[in-house]
Amino acid sequence: MIRPGIRRRRAIGRWLLFGTAVAVGLVMLIPFALMVSTAFKPHAYVLETPPRLIPSQPTLDNFVDAWTGQDFGRYFVNSVIVSVCSTAIAVALGSMLAFAFARYSFPGRRVLFGALLFTMMVPGMVLLIPQFVLAKNLGLLNSLQGLVIVYATMNLGLNTFLMRGFFSSMPQEMFDAAEVDGAGVWATFWRVGVPLARPGIATVTLFSFLAAWDEFTWAIVSLSDKELYTLPIAVRSLQRAQATEWGLVFAASLIALAPVLLLFVALQKQFVSGAFVGATKG
Amino acid sequence: MTVAGGARMARISRTRLRRLLPIYGLLLPGMVLYAAWAAWPLLNSFVLSFTDWSLTRTPTPVGLGNYTRALGDPLFWRALWSTVGYTAVTVAGQLLLGLGAALLLNRQIPGRSVLRLVYYLPVITSWVIVSLVFLYIYNGQSGPLNWLLVDVLGVIDKPIAWLAEPATALWAIAVLGIWKGIGWTMVVFLAGLQGVPPELYEAAEMDGAGSWARFRHVTLPQLRPTSTFLLVVLTIGGLNAFISIFVMSSAATGTVGGPLNSTEVVLTYLWKQSFASLDLGYGAAISFLLAAVIGVISLVELRLAREQAG
Repeated sequence: MIRPGIRRRRAIGRWLLFGTAVAVGLVMLIPFALMVSTAFKPHAYVLETPPRLIPSQPTLDNFVDAWTGQDFGRYFVNSVIVSVCSTAIAVALGSMLAFAFARYSFPGRRVLFGALLFTMMVPGMVLLIPQFVLAKNLGLLNSLQGLVIVYATMNLGLNTFLMRGFFSSMPQEMFDAAEVDGAGVWATFWRVGVPLARPGIATVTLFSFLAAWDEFTWAIVSLSDKELYTLPIAVRSLQRAQATEWGLVFAASLIALAPVLLLFVALQKQFVSGAFVGATKG
Repeated sequence: MTVAGGARMARISRTRLRRLLPIYGLLLPGMVLYAAWAAWPLLNSFVLSFTDWSLTRTPTPVGLGNYTRALGDPLFWRALWSTVGYTAVTVAGQLLLGLGAALLLNRQIPGRSVLRLVYYLPVITSWVIVSLVFLYIYNGQSGPLNWLLVDVLGVIDKPIAWLAEPATALWAIAVLGIWKGIGWTMVVFLAGLQGVPPELYEAAEMDGAGSWARFRHVTLPQLRPTSTFLLVVLTIGGLNAFISIFVMSSAATGTVGGPLNSTEVVLTYLWKQSFASLDLGYGAAISFLLAAVIGVISLVELRLAREQAG
């Protein structure tokens, strides 16, 4: 039996916790609120004091200007092409590698997997210079193909690592049954492994896509033609030394962020469940 | 392949080979991509780090020259110390605030699943976008932060150009690093908190432990593996800081690493040496020095964590 005094103190404590959590949440949201409200402001109002969260003269001009005038339609398409193609490659090849590593023993298995893990741990910048030279020699510099191949490589290691976990945890009986039916390695992969691994495939697809969508460093190193720009470097190119059109910058930012937000809202469990915590750190 | 390995391969029978072929078939496309675009570049970069090369000339070997040059280069050392300082501040901030957020949102409070998403929002937003937003917030004349501190709170007399002052620039960028990482750290801590057996809390409560004692003697020790994991991963992230510093310093001062080299970290220095000065051999050597620093610091952290655990 809990005395009423204690119960009341506990209720107050819970409301205090709730208040703190909401206050912290508001602080976390302030930068987003500023970004959204500024995107709807005419240029003259972007650095007004006091800064208004609700624009006094709301306008869609920044979005129209970004999409048509600044060619963000094209950059959006570039980003979609590069992210979709590199994700398809990284997920398909990563799943194949992972299936072989998880379900079969073969000479060289440990060496190959170890090498894969080793390069995963090397900072990306170490690879940047030689990848730049390689792309230059192969004529892949300043091309979307060059972006696709580097992003696919960038995601391959982690995808293999995560998918191997999925394939390893599958019950052996399923595979025995396939073998009894006379299915070969590829048929087993395709008819047993892939269908069972669907949740894992969805997760690595999501993370590969987001990593490619947001990639900045390789894009800015390798692309020089403006019409090949992807969204991250296109957004950054709007920033000026003086009198930056912040409304335009943030309208373009929101265009780049929109697909990510949609995925986040639709698949929130994948992000915050903690099951794949290692995969999402930017 | 070693000689012994080669001899073993020769003994593989035909039936075994027929069994192995499709397995290697599964591996082939991925391994080719990986060998061409990760393993081979890595090897190349290592060789490159012992040469003097600027893309146009043929590389000339310089032995350890690039490495000794870096160790005698005051700008490299300055960049390394700034990197370490940035890492220490951002890791500490993310761990403390992430743990606080996790403890808060582990309780039964209304709307906690929505709040978790809100705290996580900065994590899913790209570095370029959050860097531009903070560039706007830190605007030296009438940015929202200066408005808050000068006009509302009155704690400073006149606006500060946060990103153009050598004393504040790196720490202003570190604040962004902390804000962006709290949500991710929180999610990892929440996963760790789920793993604490409830019996431990019940037992502690029976022994009359207050909430602070339960936190100190149950929660914290139980979270040790989680904390170690976070410490190592966040440290690696801090030592690799690049995009935010690149975007914000170049925008606010016109120079990557500005003002007056105060935001120069190892990766921005590497960037400038490699892609602005085209001193690619030197850049490669710096990248391996950074990899070595990351490796050593990670090992030291793991060792310390193991000793702490007794």
